[in-house]
Amino acid sequence: MSEPAPSGSASYYGRPVIKAPVWGRAIPTYLFTGGLAAGAALLAAGADLTGRPVLRRTGRVTAAGAVGASICLLVSDLGRPDRFHHLLRVAKPTSPLSVGTWVITAFGTASGVAAAGEFASRLPRRGPLGTLGTLLPPAGRVAGLAAAGLAPALATYTGVLLADTAVPSWHEAYPHLPRLFGGSALASAAGVALIAAPLAEAEPARRLALAGMALELAGTRTLERRLDLLSEPYRNGRAGRLLRAGRVLGAAGMAGAVLGRRSRIVAALSGVALLAASVATRFAIYEAGVASATDPKYTVTPQRERRDQRGPSSPHLG
Amino acid sequence: MDGTTSLSGPLDPAPDAGYPDPPPRMGFFTDTSVCIGCKACEVACKEWNEVPATGLDLLGTSFDNTGALTANSWRHVAFVEQRRPDFRWLMMSDVCKHCTHAACLDVCPTGALFRTEFGTVVIQEDICNGCGYCIPACPYGVVDQREGDGRAWKCTLCYDRVGVGKTPACAQACPTESIQFGPLDELRERAERRIERLHSDGVPEARLYGHDPGDGVGGDGAFFLLLDEPEVYGLPPDPVVTTRDLPRMWRRAGLAALTVVAAVAAAFAGCSSPGRRS
Repeated sequence: MSEPAPSGSASYYGRPVIKAPVWGRAIPTYLFTGGLAAGAALLAAGADLTGRPVLRRTGRVTAAGAVGASICLLVSDLGRPDRFHHLLRVAKPTSPLSVGTWVITAFGTASGVAAAGEFASRLPRRGPLGTLGTLLPPAGRVAGLAAAGLAPALATYTGVLLADTAVPSWHEAYPHLPRLFGGSALASAAGVALIAAPLAEAEPARRLALAGMALELAGTRTLERRLDLLSEPYRNGRAGRLLRAGRVLGAAGMAGAVLGRRSRIVAALSGVALLAASVATRFAIYEAGVASATDPKYTVTPQRERRDQRGPSSPHLG
Repeated sequence: MDGTTSLSGPLDPAPDAGYPDPPPRMGFFTDTSVCIGCKACEVACKEWNEVPATGLDLLGTSFDNTGALTANSWRHVAFVEQRRPDFRWLMMSDVCKHCTHAACLDVCPTGALFRTEFGTVVIQEDICNGCGYCIPACPYGVVDQREGDGRAWKCTLCYDRVGVGKTPACAQACPTESIQFGPLDELRERAERRIERLHSDGVPEARLYGHDPGDGVGGDGAFFLLLDEPEVYGLPPDPVVTTRDLPRMWRRAGLAALTVVAAVAAAFAGCSSPGRRS
């Protein structure tokens, strides 16, 4: 268990040492929609390869819609949205945001083509549109598999995106965030499938709901308990309440996925609970990071402990 | 400690950034023991760099009505009132540290942040699109988004002035030479001599901050002489550049991605195909 911060922990008028992220709600929302898109593309590819057409269509349409929303959210959150294309000037492996930009650009293109493939039959049979209608289904299949190939990166890089900052409760969580976010992505996509797909095709979604939510809940438990002082922001305040809400919703969603084998209604309710759990968890983690950046003790206390353990590194210190 | 890589450890940043024959690394040595809290540095910086006003703030924190380094304050004079047992004021002009390993620069996704030939770190205002990633990446809380503008701003170490052989505005305006500008090697030697002098004069609490190339950011281009613990001035006691751990973070993400693939494969593998069900 973590110790409370020493009461003598000094600060400059209680002001934060580091700056909290200036992002609005768009970014935690994007953490959810980006994960949903990735999970849905994986479900669609699995459905495509195992002959589940409704599940495939659900996955492809969800992936395209969610990645479209993600791109809108990311651009709207820029201080200068008209300069969004400056993100495409460089490719920098030291910037998770740069890596994410390229992944989401490629994924967005592929999942757009895959979703378009689902609507090829609505095109007229003749003329240039007819040719398009013939080409789209095979192109959609290739694009859907390509999107699924990029999806694991899209589902997990956001953990690095948050961790690669000075925000104490995010940075120290770096070993845990990618897997947690990957699980949350699978659980949310499975949630949509449980709502939209017929029972006959939903078995993989049910299993994925269980596996994904298990990863998500194991991850949040670790954040709450294993980061010493830096677990506090995950337990207290709004972040703590959201994380607990996510746990209850996630457990309900898992139960519904097991019990909903024969009932569309139970399956759909389970899907709603899984989606809500994923949203609550993303916002909880975001808010815990902001809380840990705002209170200087979360920056100062662990650094002092680290420095004191190491001993004075220079004759001028201490 | 980790060995030297482009992400951590001691090195000379300008050659590491690709300048084949750069001038000496330039920086600030801010000696807080002679700071008189006149804020001439804050004013000179605003004047020269055309940094917008923040309005009239009365913060109730001693003589500090600036509060912190922000998008609109690139120098910030901190005032600490102490009774120990005699009353004393600590005054310290804070500034961007121009780290050897600058997290803001590492994480910038547009290339707006760059390393100059003098080893300093500058944001190009015509490139920055206000993504805001540099802001929580900075271990010192220096970079900030300007309201109504959307972009990130911070000290440039007067790149325009230094480029033509001039002293940065804050150091030029400082009446007590609390802010000293020059080649970093010279400043470090000068700081060592100043510490020895203060210690022999009976000021044992004097210590250097940010001068050590072996620290978590590879040493600061702008370092300080302090008279108390760093956190008393609002500085982090043991800052580490977040990207030092980035290779490990990408490895964890790779493992997580494999876990995701395995979970999907397992979910489909065990199910009988609906079309082929007997």
